[in-house]
Amino acid sequence: MTTRVLVPSGVLCLGFDRAALARGVALRPDIIAIDGGSTDSGPFSLGAGQSKYARAATKSEWRDLMLARAKAGVPLIIGTAGTCGTDATVDWMFDITAELAAELGQKLRVARLYSSQPAERVITAMEEGRLRPLPPAPEVSAEGLRAMTNIVALAGAEQVQAALATGADIIIAGRTTDTATIAALPLLRGDHAGGAWHGAKIAECGALCSTNPTSGVIVVDFDDSGFTVEAMHDSALCTPHSVSAHMLYENSDPFQLYEPGGYLDVRGAVYTALDARRVRVEGSAWVPGRYSVKLEGARVAGYQTTILAVLRDPHYVANAREWVEKLTRFLKAEIASRMGLAADAYGLEFRLIGVDSALGSLENRQGQPVEVGVLGIVTAATQATAAEIGKLINPFVLHYPLTEDEELPTFAFPYSPATTDRGALYEFALNHVMELDDPMQAFRLTVTEVGA
Amino acid sequence: MKVKDQVLKVRSKNAGPFWVTIDVFCGTPEAFSTVSAALKTDAVARLYGTETQLVKRFDIADLHVVKFSIPRPVVQGSAQDRDMHGAQWAHLLAEMAL
Repeated sequence: MTTRVLVPSGVLCLGFDRAALARGVALRPDIIAIDGGSTDSGPFSLGAGQSKYARAATKSEWRDLMLARAKAGVPLIIGTAGTCGTDATVDWMFDITAELAAELGQKLRVARLYSSQPAERVITAMEEGRLRPLPPAPEVSAEGLRAMTNIVALAGAEQVQAALATGADIIIAGRTTDTATIAALPLLRGDHAGGAWHGAKIAECGALCSTNPTSGVIVVDFDDSGFTVEAMHDSALCTPHSVSAHMLYENSDPFQLYEPGGYLDVRGAVYTALDARRVRVEGSAWVPGRYSVKLEGARVAGYQTTILAVLRDPHYVANAREWVEKLTRFLKAEIASRMGLAADAYGLEFRLIGVDSALGSLENRQGQPVEVGVLGIVTAATQATAAEIGKLINPFVLHYPLTEDEELPTFAFPYSPATTDRGALYEFALNHVMELDDPMQAFRLTVTEVGA
Repeated sequence: MKVKDQVLKVRSKNAGPFWVTIDVFCGTPEAFSTVSAALKTDAVARLYGTETQLVKRFDIADLHVVKFSIPRPVVQGSAQDRDMHGAQWAHLLAEMAL
């Protein structure tokens, strides 16, 4: 049975072309699926359990998709709701949905699929030998797991299918794999498994698999031997090259893609142009394996305060490295004597913007910059300590002289106060999979009626 | 001669928080065969401060692409990370002498 999936864009809040969306809806899709996040932006979202996108932007795009859903009369699903897919961000997305349902006069059945994991569940899996590290994985311990602010498991097609089985109009899923929300319905209807996962991977970034990546909207037709992909914007063409090259993107292995119940192998895939706009793909294989879900976890690794000074004085620009090395030695002594803090109780680092701030020790080029930005980063066990160190170093970052016999220099501070308290520094602390006997054993579903 | 003089584009991006992947788009079969032969995995490993056996390499003739995946020198977003998305690492390879 052919299953038509409409993917409005690679992620909610990235924008999509309205006319292209309307064209997609007119093709009578069986489901509308969009991603809501990933780890792309770093550990903050997961650590704090917050969306990285503005609520207003989320609501305005979701409004368009809820209207498209009403017109199409099919389910609408978002995966990894609220960037990180924690229970808190699923509920945040649910609140937005309920508000919109009332505003639009839609009466809806909304399913929420929760992916957050209590630490004790993961600890039990570890004790039972069901927690497996993926290289390179951080060390884990029961204590370390309990200290994580959020742990999520990536749901696969099975959990999304359970959500679809509730008959929901809208499904708000917590953390899912990028592909699961797209592959779930074709798999449920018996379409080709290799084609379902491969097509889902091609479509998960929206029109990124076409010649006009920012146009967003993609439609994929899945069937019993493969899939056909087409972009909805006039100027967006899917070509065998644009489609096959998408397997390179953000994948460490472009031929094998791991999912909860096995892996996709695209080495045998054949990409054929049906015409100038559409590509047909067949020959991808699905290889079943032990059912395991990938975990993501984040913990607080300290609290930070930053300071930024700009050197324009040519003498200091030319000797910036020597200057920060001398300054750092001086400041460590000051911090030890005035605050009684040992060097291993905090972090103090200066990065030279204009010299090597992006690549650090890997940088192998040198230039002659006009100015150098000096980004000071303080990391400490509490925000109060980081802020106190920031205040202590502030006058020296402003005035520290390269030599003893010169007049005190004054560098450029771009703002006042010169220091910025950044709050918690989160870090990713898991790169593991957890084996499950039943796919739903680590996930929860609730169904709520909303709107009028 | 640098890599960037022979190819269309070099792109890098995280592949999850623990890996970075670097795609060398050669553009033509001729450039692909030149670059594929001249780019040595151990030189790429040295460039990124990692060990050769940790580098995954894919020479994809159909796409004229040479792809390297390496464990991130530092985990994404950790205190030592300088490039959250890993997109600037591409330039090290683009500027490497062939």
